[in-house]
Amino acid sequence: MLGAFPRSSPKSKDIARERLRMVLVNDRVGVSPHFLEDVRRDILKAVSGYMQVDEQHMEIALRTRENSISLVADIPVHHVLRGAGPGK
Amino acid sequence: MGEVIVFTSGKGGVGKTTTTANIGTALALLGKKVAMVDTDIGLRNLDVVMGLENRIVYDLVDVAEGFCRLKQALIKDKRFEGLYLLPAAQTRDKNAVSPDQMRTICGELKEEFDYVLIDSPAGIEQGFRNAVAGADRAVIVTTPDVSAVRDADRVIGLLEADGMDDPRLVINRIRAEMVRRGDMMDIDDVIDNLAIHLLGVVPEDEAIVVSTNRGEPAILNRSSRAGQAFRNIARRITGENVPLMSIEDETGILQRMARLVGFGRR
Repeated sequence: MLGAFPRSSPKSKDIARERLRMVLVNDRVGVSPHFLEDVRRDILKAVSGYMQVDEQHMEIALRTRENSISLVADIPVHHVLRGAGPGK
Repeated sequence: MGEVIVFTSGKGGVGKTTTTANIGTALALLGKKVAMVDTDIGLRNLDVVMGLENRIVYDLVDVAEGFCRLKQALIKDKRFEGLYLLPAAQTRDKNAVSPDQMRTICGELKEEFDYVLIDSPAGIEQGFRNAVAGADRAVIVTTPDVSAVRDADRVIGLLEADGMDDPRLVINRIRAEMVRRGDMMDIDDVIDNLAIHLLGVVPEDEAIVVSTNRGEPAILNRSSRAGQAFRNIARRITGENVPLMSIEDETGILQRMARLVGFGRR
């Protein structure tokens, strides 16, 4: 989250804004039980045009660290399709 | 046919009741016929904020249970032409009324009033469900702090899942000096996170305490900035285009104001 705060020590309202942003990400993902499943399915669809992946061992997760949240995908690749591209 | 607007928040104590009372009164002063309904069964407050606590004969539960007619329970506020209050019951709880009963009551009120304002209790349980059941539109009230905005987000999600989209936001109790110092989130911090349209911003104002002490809505106090803000919100609800008051204190620090504020359909 470099650059999220001004150079001087952050004002409490900037801290509040960031905490709020992260808590809302977690809350909104948590609200729907199928949210991450839907994301996973769409990522798989997008990626399958370029490479064949190990769907069974594919992991999509929301990783929360102290100052940031990331959507992290760990997708084992079998092989890359020759001449692959969007829309295939 | 009138419009039923629910004022809700999730978080308690952010000013739903104060907002409902002041906007209801302001709308009546604009010549509208207004019914305010307190759905906080067991913990009624709208009657007190309006100064009508001694006029209660029948309440929302009496109507729902068929013990009296709606017209008998509606308290006519003698100070403001066209303003009525349907109080909550104090000795029952939120299960005494059902969403279906609320839909029926709201349907009846819509036929006679220009605006039906529903004061929702805090929470997302039965009381909230009752309050939103008969509503056409929702106004979310929040204060500019992490807890309240988080709760507001949850409520917005629930409303959207229920098919009530385009809720509008009132940011209440904003303190210009604290915003200026960087100790309070500002309008953009809240709006950027919630991603709903702004209806109005109300500054923290001692006049609210005084007006609640007196049982006289703060909009009557011409020098109350909160009162002014509520009057502006009422005008926006009627479709008027009213620019945001500058949230500035005596030091004259201006907040960003170039934004669309209103209540229209998009």
